[in-house]
Amino acid sequence: MDSHVAQLQMQYRNYILSLYQQGFLDDQFTELKSLQDDGSPDFVAEVLSLFFDDCVKLVGNMARALDQTGTVDFSQVGANVHQLKGSSSSVGAKRVKGLCINFKELCEAKNYEGCVRCLQQVDIEYKTLKAKLQDMFNVSVIIVHMNPVSVWDDFNKIILGKE
Amino acid sequence: MASDGGVFCLRRPEMINVGGIGGMESPPLDVDEVHVLAVDDSLVDRIVIERLLRITSCKVTAVDSGWRALEFLGIDNEKASAELDRLKVDLIITDYCMPGMTGYELLKKIKESSSFRQVPVVIMSSENVITRIDRCLEEGAEDFLLKPVKLADVKRLRNYLTSDVKLSNGNKRKLPEDSVSVNTSPPLTLSPDSSESSSPPLTLSSDSSDASSPPLSPVESLSSPLSFPLDDEDDDVSTESSPTPEESPVRRQKMRSPSLD
Repeated sequence: MDSHVAQLQMQYRNYILSLYQQGFLDDQFTELKSLQDDGSPDFVAEVLSLFFDDCVKLVGNMARALDQTGTVDFSQVGANVHQLKGSSSSVGAKRVKGLCINFKELCEAKNYEGCVRCLQQVDIEYKTLKAKLQDMFNVSVIIVHMNPVSVWDDFNKIILGKE
Repeated sequence: MASDGGVFCLRRPEMINVGGIGGMESPPLDVDEVHVLAVDDSLVDRIVIERLLRITSCKVTAVDSGWRALEFLGIDNEKASAELDRLKVDLIITDYCMPGMTGYELLKKIKESSSFRQVPVVIMSSENVITRIDRCLEEGAEDFLLKPVKLADVKRLRNYLTSDVKLSNGNKRKLPEDSVSVNTSPPLTLSPDSSESSSPPLTLSSDSSDASSPPLSPVESLSSPLSFPLDDEDDDVSTESSPTPEESPVRRQKMRSPSLD
């Protein structure tokens, strides 16, 4: 049984590392993780959940704004992009944030085609991140079940360098 | 679930104690507790800043707009001072870019208020724009934090507040040497020369060492003691005009005289 747990832990570890390596997450995510403790064990999940809610809302707003063919209010689109850039930055959603930076420029340039394409990318990107983080949490739940030592300990050791 | 237009997130039971507007009365605050009013239109950011502040042992009230902040403080409607007694606010931290009233506009209103102008106001922004920073500092902002805000940033703020609260419950401002000296941590790295000259620490908080972080933009290190005319050359902690010597040349002179009153 131990070796199974160890294997899972290793996979989990590698999975998290890959999210950083592939640029899905940046050090702000690490920062958020460091704010979680036994007293607030759901902090990261809570913040991420709010972030993804934000994504749904803002992407919806942008889609509607871009849908006004002929009379697109690019400053409106830009305002939503700004908000999304802010919240993605606050949670460490690196790729989403990067897309928002491009998106902002496209809004300023009133590049309709560019904005539509970028919005599609943003949509894919946040959903991808959500799925990956969900996988991560699912695995962590399994590991915690199998092994009473908190799976976040591993996370701490790898990412934060704590012992 | 509370929408973003609501007061703030109502998800967690412990947040009810945080207090806020919309009829939620908070109990009278312990005079030793630091109470921070956080203003940000982004729900995600409110949750994060609230967590950062609570970790540093602050009581937090988080609101989603400048108008709500003014309402909470009672600035906009001349509430009786009996009300204000309960509203001990030691620090206001606000986002810059907000719809309706910007953080800058909120800052101005706070500084125009006789009851609250002495409360330190810190501005947060995702954009590192020197003219923006200057404008805020000139208007009396205590500090300017670049988002995303990190624990080290908040700890730094907390450090220079601690002396204020402990030494005097009434006055939000303390003598420069007391507050300056608390900021002993190597600030977020700036030009090399600024980090050489460290003030002799009168460390009131043991957390200062935690504030080391990876080098960030010069702007982020604009932690300041209080508002008195800055002289970048002046390393002498014991005089009233001393700044935190570690601060960078980017730190602009405050335009107004010390409001030590």
